[in-house]
Amino acid sequence: MNDSAPLQYSPLNDVHLQVGAKMVPFAGFSMPVQYAGIAEEHLAVRASVGVFDISHMGQFFVSGPNAQTWLNGLLTNNLAKLTPGQGQYTLLLNERGGVIDDLIAYQLAPNEYFLVVNASMILEDFVWMSARLTDGVTLENRSAPFAGMAVQGPEAAALYEKLCGAQLALPARNGIGTFSTPAGEVIICRTGYTGEDGFEFFCPAATAGSWWHQIVALGAKPAGLGARDTLRLEMGYPLNGNDLSPDRTPLEAGLGFFVDLTKPFVGSEALLAQKANGLPSKLCGVKLIDKGPPLRSHYPVLSGDSVVGELCSGGVAPSLQGSIGMAYLPPNLATVGTQLSAEVRGKHYLIEVVKKPFYKKPPTAL
Amino acid sequence: MPNSSELRFARSHEWITPGSAIATVGISEHAQAELGDVVYLELPDVGRVVKAEEAVAVVESVKAASDIYSPVDGEIVEVNTAATNETSLVNTAPYEGGWLFKIKVSNPAQIEAMMTEAAYLEFVG
Repeated sequence: MNDSAPLQYSPLNDVHLQVGAKMVPFAGFSMPVQYAGIAEEHLAVRASVGVFDISHMGQFFVSGPNAQTWLNGLLTNNLAKLTPGQGQYTLLLNERGGVIDDLIAYQLAPNEYFLVVNASMILEDFVWMSARLTDGVTLENRSAPFAGMAVQGPEAAALYEKLCGAQLALPARNGIGTFSTPAGEVIICRTGYTGEDGFEFFCPAATAGSWWHQIVALGAKPAGLGARDTLRLEMGYPLNGNDLSPDRTPLEAGLGFFVDLTKPFVGSEALLAQKANGLPSKLCGVKLIDKGPPLRSHYPVLSGDSVVGELCSGGVAPSLQGSIGMAYLPPNLATVGTQLSAEVRGKHYLIEVVKKPFYKKPPTAL
Repeated sequence: MPNSSELRFARSHEWITPGSAIATVGISEHAQAELGDVVYLELPDVGRVVKAEEAVAVVESVKAASDIYSPVDGEIVEVNTAATNETSLVNTAPYEGGWLFKIKVSNPAQIEAMMTEAAYLEFVG
């Protein structure tokens, strides 16, 4: 991506400005980082329901008689496991097995797929995939015409029923469904990036404001990228660009569950070799033990006096009352309970390797 | 604690009390609103001698770590340990309980040269 390129604006930009959201540049878009406050928005999503603008994310459509075969040669997970209406988390790798992007692939119909990709990677993914197109496959980037909203929280399903339950039953977890409106198609995906139940709602850009206002009127609290980041970090979900990179494989990132090595795909040979030779590092969760400053990405991680890695993500965890982070660590240190330190402005603070997810939902009282 | 209209303000969003040998320093209402929820404070050691515009403290919000600069030359004589224990004071009472440190001022003219509240509010728009 070109950092000097002019910022793009979400179809919801005016809505954000009207309510005084703080806007920041993110992945080439001007996006709301917070409305009322990150911690408050975070806790609202855990306790009730919040709504995030995800219009920056990319939407690709893949169709044609060879769509499944072609995608299966590019993506780590196996699309043959899906039936129409189902989706799966998957990754797009380079030849070295490094991560280009992580995405969700949904089967709309036999040989018709819908992909939701990261905003920062729309162009790169599209160029990478286009360069590998084969006969019998059509790939379309329809990111611009779609606005997106993620409605997340324990009350998301109830909100959905009031919003559009009459048009389409809420899909099952990881599922997808669509319905038509006069302005165009609306796509509902039962997924999210917060660890809470919820759905992602993609609609024609021109109708975004109207849907947003309805969702807010039904009780969702507007939540920004700040809360989105603390929520996903508490779940140990990786963020591409921080926790995933072209130099690390999904096996190192602990995403082997989403990699099917029984089929060939770009990068699979590198992963097979890595599996045979042993992983050079593993993505671990760490927790600040000392009272100290919040962990942040790029802080060095030390074992004794030697630097053994750096934090790829870090931040406060509003649901846990502490600070957490993630780091790629050599296998001998990548075990729960290992004590290390993080260097912050020249001082060392004790951290410990802990299990992911950091946050576990308390059992719901009935 | 003073009324904010009596304070002087730095372009880097600190405020300072004018008119006494020991001045109190904090961050502005505008700054706390921009930073969001403050979760950690790193304040200077008492006795440290500092220069104007030297980074002397760090205010960490959920979003980011931000350096705080001394508005003037002087010596740190006290830090607000109540605020390090209860960092939300910086958000809820930036001109009162959320002050950061007190400094023995070497050159009071440096304070007089800073912005009044009216000028500062104009500056931040």
